[in-house]
Amino acid sequence: MSEIVLETRGLSRRFGAFMATNDVSLKVERGARHALIGPNGAGKTTLINLLTGVLPPSEGQVYLEGEDITGLASFRRVKRGLTRTFQINQLFPEFTPLETVCLAITERQGVGHSLWSTMAGYGRVIEEAASLLERFGLASVMGERTSILPYGKQRLLEIALAFASRPRVLLLDEPAAGVPEDERHEVLSIVSDLPKDVTVLLIEHDMDLVFSFASRISVLVAGAVFAEGTVAEISADPRVKAVYLGENA
Amino acid sequence: MSLVEQEDAGALATTDAATDSRAARLMKRRSRIRLYEVAIWIAVIAAYFVLPSKMLILTEIAILALFAVSLDLVLGFAGIVSLGHAAFFGLGAYVAGLLALHFVAEPVTGLVVAGLITGLLGFLTSFLILRGSDLTRLMTTLGIGLMMAELANQMAWLTGGADGLSGFSLNPIFGVFEFDLFGKTGYVYCLVVLFLGVMIMRRIAFSPFGLSLKAIKSNAMRAGMIAVPARKRIVTAYTIAAVFAGVAGALLAQTTSFVSPDVLAFHRSADVLMVLTIGGTGYLYGGIFGAILFTLVKDALSIVTPQYWMFWIGLILVVLVLVGRERLNRWVDYLPKRMAGREDDR
Repeated sequence: MSEIVLETRGLSRRFGAFMATNDVSLKVERGARHALIGPNGAGKTTLINLLTGVLPPSEGQVYLEGEDITGLASFRRVKRGLTRTFQINQLFPEFTPLETVCLAITERQGVGHSLWSTMAGYGRVIEEAASLLERFGLASVMGERTSILPYGKQRLLEIALAFASRPRVLLLDEPAAGVPEDERHEVLSIVSDLPKDVTVLLIEHDMDLVFSFASRISVLVAGAVFAEGTVAEISADPRVKAVYLGENA
Repeated sequence: MSLVEQEDAGALATTDAATDSRAARLMKRRSRIRLYEVAIWIAVIAAYFVLPSKMLILTEIAILALFAVSLDLVLGFAGIVSLGHAAFFGLGAYVAGLLALHFVAEPVTGLVVAGLITGLLGFLTSFLILRGSDLTRLMTTLGIGLMMAELANQMAWLTGGADGLSGFSLNPIFGVFEFDLFGKTGYVYCLVVLFLGVMIMRRIAFSPFGLSLKAIKSNAMRAGMIAVPARKRIVTAYTIAAVFAGVAGALLAQTTSFVSPDVLAFHRSADVLMVLTIGGTGYLYGGIFGAILFTLVKDALSIVTPQYWMFWIGLILVVLVLVGRERLNRWVDYLPKRMAGREDDR
């Protein structure tokens, strides 16, 4: 039950004299809906970057399912089931959503190195991509260039793309940021409909969303874990209210 | 009520099927043959009949085109800049020349061997370009190019040094098609090799591999996050590009029966970058369009102003880059939609 899938031990990252991440030891259980909150500049995105190998840590280790992945490149972590979305869209502007998702699926299936068969020949990959895009309401624009899509659609593609890798641990960096109000619900229902064994670590500013979605919350302040506990514990914690919730209240 | 539900289910099923087939159609449309492709191949074949006295310059264009298309595979697809692509071209030329001089004078064998050996050099040097930024890559590739040129110059016992490599002649292709004085066989030979090379690289371009190269170029961080092993892909792409650059060099040695040390010169690497700048990168045919324009303009200018043609080429390059930076990617996009047959048209 309480199997730890993602763990950090003494994780730190310095930018010059600035401690963006300060001795973070975090444990995330399998199937958890874990939220990471904190004021702006608390180092949430840096922590995600350390977890996914976008940045190397200055100190400390990252463990995925008990194995030390600190030195692994991003693509190897994705292969092991750890992937993420970005707070600011990181897409391929010249690709269509269909191409984008098809590429992620072929890489997941390990046929991405294939150079002698056209993408059009992978019928099942294309069908899977089409149904994924359909789920995200992107079916009508799947043949358009990503660069000309409205921001909300790009945002949905950002998340659909992470799903295409079928992660076991999914890190969502403010998934609903910039998603139009009427599509917000769609994104969130897709996220909460994820299979129970998929572990989700969510960074979010929207407190309503955090409280409705998460079962556990870690509060990050100045790069360090300031408080951690259940939703009830965190929302009752006066210190958290002071440093963080106070801002919004 | 149940009827309504059934209808709903039916409607849903048909939308599903429609979406699915639409996805497959969209993906097929991506790799379908475009009008400009057919046009260019017809044009180069027609040139054989229409311009019988221009075989030498046509051959030169075909060789430069293959060389440029090979660079497009790393530059236009993987986004790897290089100022030393001539290292492979020159090595291919020397290998083909030496092979014909000492061992086998059958041209196709020479092409294959030259391609294999340059591919090996490409594979080995690809590890040097994995790290660093564009600037470090420019310097590394430039350095490799210069080293190769100096090696060829110093190993005069093998390469003929500054005098170049001569005194070899090629047997008929496959023992059947003899090289003639007018260069007709040479042109057809180069054209066939160019066609095969472009078709192979085109196939690669529309494969998952080709798509992953473009993803690396477009956003390396995200490519990593969808499990694209960027370094492995770049090594493979660079090796393939080296093979075709070597084949292009071998074609030059075989059709001219001479290898000048000029095949490794820096200006060749610069020229081929210019060719891609003129023709556009990232869709392979830019190499062909660019080679045609570059060679014709160079030829025309060197007749009009034999001493200052470099000045005008330089001016054209500057204007071209300033007029439309985005055009560098694919000026085919500026053609009417029907001509270009872009993937996102309806």
